[in-house]
Amino acid sequence: MLYFTRWKAAAVLLTALIVCLCAVPNFFDAKTVESWPKWAQRHLVLGLDLQGGSHILLAVDTNAVRKEQLEALRDDARRVLRDARIGYTGLVVRGNSVEVRIRDGANAGQALPKLRELSQPLGGFAGTTGARTIEVSQEANNLIRLTVTEPAIAERVRQAVDQSIQIIERRVNELGTVEPLIQRQGADRVLVQVPGLQDPTRLKELLGKTAKLDFRLVDLSMSPQQAQQTRPPAESEILMSSQAPKVPYLIEKRVVVSGADLTDAQPGFDQRTSEPIVSFRFNSSGARKFAQVTQENVGKPFAIVLDNEVISAPVIREPILGGSGQISGGFTVQQANDLAILLRAGALPAPLTIIEERTVGPGLGQDSIEKGKLSSYVGAAMVIIFMFATYGLFGLFANIAVAINVAMIFGVLSLLNATLTLPGIAGIVLTVGIAVDSNVLIYERIREEVRAGRTPINAIDAGFSRALATILDSNITTFIAAAVLFYIGTGPVRGFAVTLGIGIITTVFTAFTLTRLIVAYWVRWWRPQHVPI
Amino acid sequence: MRLLRIVPDDTKFDFMRFRRISFPISALLSIIAIGLYFFHGLNFGIDFRGGMLLEVQSKAGPADLAKMRTTLGGLGLGEVQLQQFGAPTDVLIRIAEQPGGDAAQQAAVQKVRGALGNEVDYRRVEVVGPRVSGELLSYGVIGLICAILGILIYLWFRFEWQFALGAMVANVHDLVLTIGFMSLLQIDFDLTSIAALLTILGYSLNDTVVIYDRIREMLRRYKKMPMEDLLNASVNSTLSRSVITHVTVTLALLALLMFGGQAIHSFTATMMFGVVLVGTYTSIFIAAPILIYLGVGENRDSGGANKSDKP
Repeated sequence: MLYFTRWKAAAVLLTALIVCLCAVPNFFDAKTVESWPKWAQRHLVLGLDLQGGSHILLAVDTNAVRKEQLEALRDDARRVLRDARIGYTGLVVRGNSVEVRIRDGANAGQALPKLRELSQPLGGFAGTTGARTIEVSQEANNLIRLTVTEPAIAERVRQAVDQSIQIIERRVNELGTVEPLIQRQGADRVLVQVPGLQDPTRLKELLGKTAKLDFRLVDLSMSPQQAQQTRPPAESEILMSSQAPKVPYLIEKRVVVSGADLTDAQPGFDQRTSEPIVSFRFNSSGARKFAQVTQENVGKPFAIVLDNEVISAPVIREPILGGSGQISGGFTVQQANDLAILLRAGALPAPLTIIEERTVGPGLGQDSIEKGKLSSYVGAAMVIIFMFATYGLFGLFANIAVAINVAMIFGVLSLLNATLTLPGIAGIVLTVGIAVDSNVLIYERIREEVRAGRTPINAIDAGFSRALATILDSNITTFIAAAVLFYIGTGPVRGFAVTLGIGIITTVFTAFTLTRLIVAYWVRWWRPQHVPI
Repeated sequence: MRLLRIVPDDTKFDFMRFRRISFPISALLSIIAIGLYFFHGLNFGIDFRGGMLLEVQSKAGPADLAKMRTTLGGLGLGEVQLQQFGAPTDVLIRIAEQPGGDAAQQAAVQKVRGALGNEVDYRRVEVVGPRVSGELLSYGVIGLICAILGILIYLWFRFEWQFALGAMVANVHDLVLTIGFMSLLQIDFDLTSIAALLTILGYSLNDTVVIYDRIREMLRRYKKMPMEDLLNASVNSTLSRSVITHVTVTLALLALLMFGGQAIHSFTATMMFGVVLVGTYTSIFIAAPILIYLGVGENRDSGGANKSDKP
């Protein structure tokens, strides 16, 4: 147990040294580190609870995705039946299906294959999984049911999340913050972490808007008040204005040009009124459609609708042919800015809801760092003094081993670019406890072996070999707890699990190699007549 | 230099005799803890119950709690709890989950921000919606169960099944008492508490495993020693280590408790109770003697004490 070949000793020391050196970039400021080669730049990242920032978990509205998918299917079915000139009644969305009754029983056999064409293979190349997007079945009384399959909905949700992530990225990047983190979480969620944000209100506003922009015509067949009292025409709906006081508008459902046709949007000021506005530009197809509609409707109002609210409904004074225009809706400068950002980034495929938010101000973060440091220093000092008082020279060895252990934890954390959180610091402090325990186990065992009458070198040897088995057993059990924490935990708990887990590994490494190496060399050089513990 | 000796060499305490006291006491305490859990309840934090938590710092001197209470009470957000948090300028505001799903929580937090305005610094704002809070709790409970099972399986491989069972009884006992303690003092039960419980689990096992390791070693070496003596000898020979390790862990936790700040206060308080008070007691007075009842060492030669068979 006490014999190390020169190579082995060198390998142990080199490993420890390299791992410790990995922690070095943390001691320099970010600017200095940037000038270093890429491989040397890995460093610890402070968690949001330490540097301040916002953690926001968003959920894609799966019901909206499902509803949209069913409505699209209903429209497709209508088109197919019309094209084939098949008479039907009651084409409706019911639950997860679209139902349609074919008027003439003789036509039902003809409708079925036509509607089956709507179904497409799903997943893999050329539909190797065999699953399809829609299941078409014929029920009694000429009723045909088209059901959107669960895999198809899941696939659509997955796409919606992917698109949302891209759009969120564009929106958040406009805020000009450092290193925002945007990633998928679970089936229908997106995690957004933005460090160093004082007030997340603006971020939340940017995230929470679907930003679906439409240009539509105003329905003048009756007044909005009249429509509210009776019923709006089938092709129109009542939408409220976005600005207070809320005024109703009767707007055609048909979309003239949608936000998807925008190529650019910039905030600015109106030249005459110097009111904040957003100017925009259409792509060529959007410009063409817009030109045509404005030509046909001079003198009538059209509405700019954002997320089902009317921003403004100006009257078309002259045809707009240039493919560009401006939106004014009593904005503040900030609102105009944000609207421009939203329009440039594009509309979300489905509404997002904030289901969890955790924001830490920079002041609290700084306080936590100070407190974390202070308590670590005090804890370490007390443990070091206690160990020295209990074991003397061997206590000193233990302290050296524990110090290297802690340096190695920081090294590994840096190497992994891990995030250090406040619970993470607690994890390190606890690791110090475990690391000390491994030394205590070894020394107590040596004491016992000495009492049992062994010679010093024999006792040390036996002490190590017996204690190490125990150390392994006890650390593996704690490691299992840390691993479980890592897999189920999120955020702060995960930070704790990471430092605890890494701490256990470095502890076992130090106990098996470094502590043994130090004691082995001490024995070799001093040839002790008795063990001083 | 004279070295510190907390536990003298060669102690011969008869720990096993205490099992006639420690088992009933533990059973009683466990029943009390379970009773506390059901009748006094845990003080679930927003992680598991949903709702809002705001830590604010008054910009102009000590915070006026009464005034804040009236301001926030008038918002119609249901139960609003205010509590001084550390410094006199700091206030912790807790608002119960709002009816109406995830969006309602966000609306409520905007209302609070509007009402308090710029008079305070928002040091921390946490909003957990109903969807997440349910998941977090089930993940937490699943995590605890997985950890216990994982550890159990490991111990079963490494030792015999009696040891695994004994360790599990000891562990569940620790967790039950700690949960009772948290209920008694109404410590916030949140995600960090689950971390604390898992750490307590790990530490307590650590201790139990050290003693079990020794018992296994002694069982191999002393084939004829009566089980009670063997267990006593095992606990006594690891006693010094148990005490020294717990002193160092206590020192580290004490530092966290005194200087770690409010944010991790409940975490360290729970750890202190679980690791230092319960964990140590359990491994000596429950985990070791329970092996007698589980029949460890019964099928050895029970030829009575042999002179050459003393440790």
